[in-house]
Amino acid sequence: MSNPYCIFPLGDSAATIELGNYINEPLNHKIIAMQRWLTQNCFEGLKDTIVAYSSLSLIYDPVLIKKKYNPAGTVFGFVHNILQEAYRNAVVVSSQMGDLIKIPVCYDDEFGIDLNAMAAQKKITKEEIIQLHTGKTYRVYMIGFLPGFPYMAEVDEKLFAVRKKEPVMVTPGSVGIAGSQTGIYPFNSPGGWNIIGRTSLQLFEPNSKNLVKLKAGDRVNFYRVSKEEMLAGLQLDY
Amino acid sequence: MSISIIKPGLLGTIQDMGRYGYGSMGINCGGAMDKYAAQLANMLAGNDMGEAIMEIHFPGPQILFEQNALISITGADFSATLNDELLPAWQPLLIRKNTILHFPELKNGARCYIAVHGGFYIDKWLNSYSTNLKAAVGGFFGRKFEKGDQLCFKESPIYFPALMKPGKDVRALGWKPDIGSTYQYPNEIYFIEGKEYPLLTDNSVNDLLENKFIINPSSDRMGYNTKGPELILQNNNEMISSGVSFGTVQLLPNGQLIILMADHQTTGGYPRIGHIISAHLPKLAQLRPGEIIQFRKTDISTAEFMLCEQQRILGIIQNACIDNLNKLVC
Repeated sequence: MSNPYCIFPLGDSAATIELGNYINEPLNHKIIAMQRWLTQNCFEGLKDTIVAYSSLSLIYDPVLIKKKYNPAGTVFGFVHNILQEAYRNAVVVSSQMGDLIKIPVCYDDEFGIDLNAMAAQKKITKEEIIQLHTGKTYRVYMIGFLPGFPYMAEVDEKLFAVRKKEPVMVTPGSVGIAGSQTGIYPFNSPGGWNIIGRTSLQLFEPNSKNLVKLKAGDRVNFYRVSKEEMLAGLQLDY
Repeated sequence: MSISIIKPGLLGTIQDMGRYGYGSMGINCGGAMDKYAAQLANMLAGNDMGEAIMEIHFPGPQILFEQNALISITGADFSATLNDELLPAWQPLLIRKNTILHFPELKNGARCYIAVHGGFYIDKWLNSYSTNLKAAVGGFFGRKFEKGDQLCFKESPIYFPALMKPGKDVRALGWKPDIGSTYQYPNEIYFIEGKEYPLLTDNSVNDLLENKFIINPSSDRMGYNTKGPELILQNNNEMISSGVSFGTVQLLPNGQLIILMADHQTTGGYPRIGHIISAHLPKLAQLRPGEIIQFRKTDISTAEFMLCEQQRILGIIQNACIDNLNKLVC
């Protein structure tokens, strides 16, 4: 029987374990559990871990590992074995279920710049788009791309939307949809997601203790606010 | 103890060896593009390898030294000149105060590093001095240098008047490391296979290994866009986002390659054709738009060996630098 995972080098200073190439909640739970296991069973030379939908990447210092552990084969082989061990030993626990966070979004046309195009393409009303987007609880699967950018899934099938062909400049706080995912841009950035609204929630605060508002494992609800409420910088409503 | 930026030049930032440990928050590593030159700059200036250094591009800045300083300049050759005197690179330099360092001419390379003995007086953010331009945090106020900026450096125990030559603005100290093969064959860049490499068609594998790829003008600290033959995968399934690293070579939907550099984002969703080996990232970081890359495939054990060897030699150089400096000031 073949392994339910694949481990491969991501260069000579990083390695990835991939559990699949699809968005799946149990796989993401396992990835988060593996990251936790590695934090508790840290080895010298491990510099960083990157949680993604269904994969975990380790960034490491091969020179330090070679010096410290002098593995018989390659340093990658050494890291490979640790990843196997992490897979075997990491247990999904209920305490890794994250918080439920409610995010205020203004869906007015001036912020949801792609709402009209999406409505026309999907042959549904803007109102329906907003209802569908606010009507679900999403899971934060990973934070990536930009500091604090949450990848959340999955939006209602009716809202599945392909990325724009050419990225455009996106305003901070913009809430977008790409494929089955929804996300929020923390910064000015070129982006290809379809923008349906804007939030005043700060996703990244470089001088706060937590740095980022959301983490993998959290659950998110969007709720609709007026332009005035959004601009007033409505804060979290737990 | 400070220097002032009279003219900022194209893009000058504070960097170090990168910011690690925050990847799962989307906070990228950043750091010097050419870590070999950055490490050597620090060693020659008598610093730890992880001190804050300046990374500059051409056209370079004009920098006024308001105090005597021990510095070093490594990496790209922009004809570093103090007042009117051409300075040697890759060598410790004692600089007299009230002089101006400038960079009149691009000779070769893309990024030049300046280290000052003692290091710059800059707060670390998340354990690193590196500037995160996107998040506008870290380094010098989270931004590139601007006219009038004053960068303080830590006080040095060196008593400069005893070491300077009377009437001279600069004294080059007499040790210079052998940078050996680090930048030899500057266009030959080794990579190891990425996860999606086996999906390339036979023709595309041939194209990748036999053709030259030109670095596009849109290339920057985030990534090098290249122009070459259009590469094709046998089956091009949509991928979900996953972690990437410095040197990851991705295949874009238009068939062209992008190489992720120091300021790359933490995750990406394009097929991973290969990964540039760490020992060759310094020479890649010194290639400019318009220059050529010739990809050469190698394996993980060679990649690891070359990196360990490069760092081993750097360790020897560092010890020699410490010894020499101790002898000088004692």
